[in-house]
Amino acid sequence: MTNLLLLLVVLLTAVALVCAGWGFGVWLSPRSYNPLKEEAYECGVPTRGRSWMQFRAGYYLFALLFLMFDVEAVFLFPWAVIAKEMGMAALYTVLFFLVVLTLGLAYAWKKGALEWK
Amino acid sequence: MFDFSVVTTWIDEGLRRIMPEAGAIAVECVIIGVLLLAVYAVFALVLILAERKVCAAFQCRLGPNRVGPWGLIQTVADMLKIITKEIISIRHVDRFLHNLAPFLVIIASLLAFACIPFAKGLQILDFNVGILFMIAASSIGIVGILLAGWSSNNKFSLIGAMRSGAQMISYELSIGLSILTMVVLAGTMQISRLVEAQGDLWFIFKGHIPACIAFIVYLIAGTAETNRGPFDLPEAESELTAGYHTEYSGMHFGFYYVAEFVNMFIVAAIATTVFLGGWMPLHIPGLDGFNRIMDYIPSLFWFLGKSALMVFVIMWFKWTFPRLRIDQLIHLEWKYLLPLNLVNLIAMVVIVALGWHF
Repeated sequence: MTNLLLLLVVLLTAVALVCAGWGFGVWLSPRSYNPLKEEAYECGVPTRGRSWMQFRAGYYLFALLFLMFDVEAVFLFPWAVIAKEMGMAALYTVLFFLVVLTLGLAYAWKKGALEWK
Repeated sequence: MFDFSVVTTWIDEGLRRIMPEAGAIAVECVIIGVLLLAVYAVFALVLILAERKVCAAFQCRLGPNRVGPWGLIQTVADMLKIITKEIISIRHVDRFLHNLAPFLVIIASLLAFACIPFAKGLQILDFNVGILFMIAASSIGIVGILLAGWSSNNKFSLIGAMRSGAQMISYELSIGLSILTMVVLAGTMQISRLVEAQGDLWFIFKGHIPACIAFIVYLIAGTAETNRGPFDLPEAESELTAGYHTEYSGMHFGFYYVAEFVNMFIVAAIATTVFLGGWMPLHIPGLDGFNRIMDYIPSLFWFLGKSALMVFVIMWFKWTFPRLRIDQLIHLEWKYLLPLNLVNLIAMVVIVALGWHF
């Protein structure tokens, strides 16, 4: 059997698991209706305003940094596979790339993007 | 070493003899799906029980001991109970995303679970980019968690999901880079070949210092990735009630709970596969008699034993270290682990290039 078929089987299994659990839950559990039960959970007091709002930018900065380094990791994986065969040449070819990236991290650090404010 | 592919080819040939090829493949797909579900559920139940027992032992309690001998079927009873709990629908949620989120979390966890090499030949998905696929699949879970927090329309959920997202994407870098370090040593990403390359010596011994550093970084990052232990601020119950799954109830909540525990096992299994030799027995070069004796222990026991040890270590973290603050958490990753990882990667390349590894 090919790997892609197996991948499809695993995906369908996951969907079936959630559907089955959910279906059994809805089928077996009791139901009762109460307007207070449908309120957002907030320790007894009604929520003020909606929660779909602008959120602090600190998280956004880290998401940007993450994007930079994660793409880097994806580029490095194919290189890592053949690094052993290439020997010292592997280091020279990728060193420039790594230095540029490290400079990026150093810049973000210097600018204070890594501080949690 | 007993090779489980003997069993699978035997079933395959038997099926092909009694039915046409398409039918045989369909039956095999069903068998794989059912087995995967059963193993997944059993692992979740055992891990939850183990967590409660280990936690009890650390706190000088007995833990669950009423249902069944030594409380062994406590989690089965819990699971039956959670299925009979009402799934409450909240008025203000984004209903579509709210219901979609558990699917993503379970899909991510099950996809990564299917890649685990339990024993020789006992592995469902074996891509040639296996370990990268495993990391990629397990990171889909972040999307599920962010969706859960956002769609709940609840301040607790939103803050929990944002914290969780920031934490998981940050620590995923360390996971990726520490595994990258080991891929440099191994020269392959396919999980079965990764394990076979450790036949003479495990990678943590083969790569000595850089491998040990990568292992420690991986353990820290893996613990953070599962939102556990000292890194559990997304669901810090004293501040955020339950974090991103505050608005989930009944079996809907159960999915998050199950996925969280199985994810812990997946982290332990990756650590076992990449650093501790997977299902390979402990071999010491030169000691043939010792190696021969170790070969008699089945590979499944080796894998489960090593994974259980790693799971225990991750649980140990949780009951030993106090919870981090969010700024400490972010600083630990970006100012310590990430630069350490980059230096470690270069050190590993130098050691591999000069042949200084074992």
